Amino acid sequence: MESYEPDRLTAVELAAVRRSFRSGRAALTRRSLLRASAGGALAIGGLGTLSACGIPAAAKNQGGVSADDHSADEKVVNFSNWPEYIDVDDKGKSHPTLDAFAKRSGIRVKYTEDINDNDEFFGKIQPELAAGQDTGRDLIVLTDWLAARMIRLGYVQKLDAAHLPHAFANLSDQFRDPDWDPGRAYSYPWQGISTVVAFNKKALGGIEVKSVSDLLDNPRLKGRVGMLTEMRDTIGMVLLDMGKDPAKFTDDDYDAAIARVQKAVDKGQIRRFTGNDYTSDLAKGDIAACVAWGGDIVQLQADNPDVGYVIPDSGYMTSTDNLMVPNKARHKTNAERLIDYYYEPEPAAALAAYVNYVSPVAGVVPYLSRIDKSAASNPLIVPDKAMQAKSHAFRALTQKEETAYQQKFSKLTGA
Amino acid sequence: MSTLTEAPPPLAPAEPAAEAPRKRGRFTPYWLLLPGILWLIVFFALPLVYQASTSVQTGSLEEGYKVTWHFATYWDALSEYWPQFLRSLCYAAGATVLCLLLGYPLAYLIAFRAGRWRNLIMILVIAPFFTSFLIRTLAWKTILADNGPIVHALNSLHVLDLTNWLGWTAGDRVLATPLAVVCGLTYNFLPFMILPLYTSLERIDGRLHEAAGDLYAKPWTTFRKVTFPLSMPGVVSGTLLTFIPAAGDYVNSELLGSTDTRMIGNVIQTQFLRILDYPTAAALSFILMAAILAMVTIYIRRSGTEDLV
Repeated sequence: MESYEPDRLTAVELAAVRRSFRSGRAALTRRSLLRASAGGALAIGGLGTLSACGIPAAAKNQGGVSADDHSADEKVVNFSNWPEYIDVDDKGKSHPTLDAFAKRSGIRVKYTEDINDNDEFFGKIQPELAAGQDTGRDLIVLTDWLAARMIRLGYVQKLDAAHLPHAFANLSDQFRDPDWDPGRAYSYPWQGISTVVAFNKKALGGIEVKSVSDLLDNPRLKGRVGMLTEMRDTIGMVLLDMGKDPAKFTDDDYDAAIARVQKAVDKGQIRRFTGNDYTSDLAKGDIAACVAWGGDIVQLQADNPDVGYVIPDSGYMTSTDNLMVPNKARHKTNAERLIDYYYEPEPAAALAAYVNYVSPVAGVVPYLSRIDKSAASNPLIVPDKAMQAKSHAFRALTQKEETAYQQKFSKLTGA
Repeated sequence: MSTLTEAPPPLAPAEPAAEAPRKRGRFTPYWLLLPGILWLIVFFALPLVYQASTSVQTGSLEEGYKVTWHFATYWDALSEYWPQFLRSLCYAAGATVLCLLLGYPLAYLIAFRAGRWRNLIMILVIAPFFTSFLIRTLAWKTILADNGPIVHALNSLHVLDLTNWLGWTAGDRVLATPLAVVCGLTYNFLPFMILPLYTSLERIDGRLHEAAGDLYAKPWTTFRKVTFPLSMPGVVSGTLLTFIPAAGDYVNSELLGSTDTRMIGNVIQTQFLRILDYPTAAALSFILMAAILAMVTIYIRRSGTEDLV
């Protein structure tokens, strides 16, 4: 933007301003000023300056860009996470697991809940990362597909395995080898997310819902079905329902899944595509059945006995929110220490008992049942072997596929 | 960004040095304009230029975006998303008309009939602004809930049959239909209609009404010939303050609507944040801006109140 110099008023504008000031109040009308500045803006904005703008290409730094690691002399770590995604004490002020970490390691955690939406957060940090600047964050939590994109764009740093002994030993098999980060070189899961089919028994009034097909086809559910705006979760569930594997599907499979949902949209079967806000609709019964996230359902069930869920026979989607260290982070080692800490079974259990999502830590059950017996036996928090066998993940997409698929999915949702 | 700090010097030589004592006073208007102009440049002109540039770029996130003067983006965006454009303008127009119908009597009441209740009613009009826009919109989900009293009442009065026939609602519900979105828009922008209407009505000299009565005008004629024409500035600014933000709104459609009520704001948001197609998003924003600017210009010209707004 250097070539844009608005600090020189054009002759037209200057003349207008000068004239108006000399010949008194009446001359300085809004209209004459507006007209002058409109003309001026065109002249200033001169088409030539437009071409000076542009958005730089993402740096191709596989392995990420490190900065000087200040971990040793600055005992802090800046941790950005999603709201309500960590344990809180009874007063609602401090986070016991973070306090315990600080006490033991001497590293203070600056915990910020500033990630509300993957897309929005990416929009926020992308300019800094593209310009090779420090984002001010040492540890961020992003969902699989965005984590994959961050790795693809070279925006995150490779983790040092030497600092992650517990993480390496205790990570559940289910999450060990995603195709977008084989061997977990860049990321470790914070929590896992199961995508299931949920319903409100009262609103269903005896209608049986056991699969995604029931959601899409049963005419008695017309206008009372919800789907998620998260493309991979919704389409993944539909692909499974059609007998396809979300880990290796083709363009044609994807189009077929879109067409299948489109048919339901055209019939008026689907009420809305939503983010987390389906929870209130489901609790009220405005949505009778929907594709939903397991952690939300555990929390809804605590307040509302009518809410239930089912794992379709065809399987369910699992994704993770992943801890990553962005480029130029000042306290990488401290961040890795914190990741490793949450892979010790005790803090992992405290976390799982509070947030109700899938714990990625193997061996968490005995510790969890000490805190909360029902949580330890809830397959939405600790999936049993039978459930794990039905778990599927969405394959990594190339950038081209991602744009095309997202484009088609947005069409489906109306925009 | 030293816009006006540099602007004054060229003026100085034009004036004789003898007038030096008056100089300070002459520059005052520039200094007073400075904050406003700086603000406009930094937060309006610069982003606008940047956006204009983005709209004619091509590329991808990984390869970067370069200005290629690809004006076809505009045409593609328009031919792809014209239904959402049209829908936005229709919803905004509907909400504006509803706001006017609801807001005018209320503003009239506050200005002429409220007496000592005037301040209280004004506070009630503004009160919703004390909570967030999102919460106010979410409240409509409870108000219009499928099993709520309003939908039940509308159902038993067969009002929904009528609105279904008009295509405003679908089935036995109001939520997730065009009607809900227009209701949300109307509710959220109503104060922007009432406040300018009130200010222009309140300024009307009461003696004009008496004079109209003395000349044997019936109340309705008085309203038609005296009150309404004099309140036109309020009507025009109220409709503009309602229509312009309503046309670009996406929250109401997102929360109260469904797939077939998506407005152009939703499309821009999706293009920008989800699909990361910055050029299309920028082009859509420009088309929206141009469309609104054109409509507003025509509207102001035709209503003949350009000196009053």
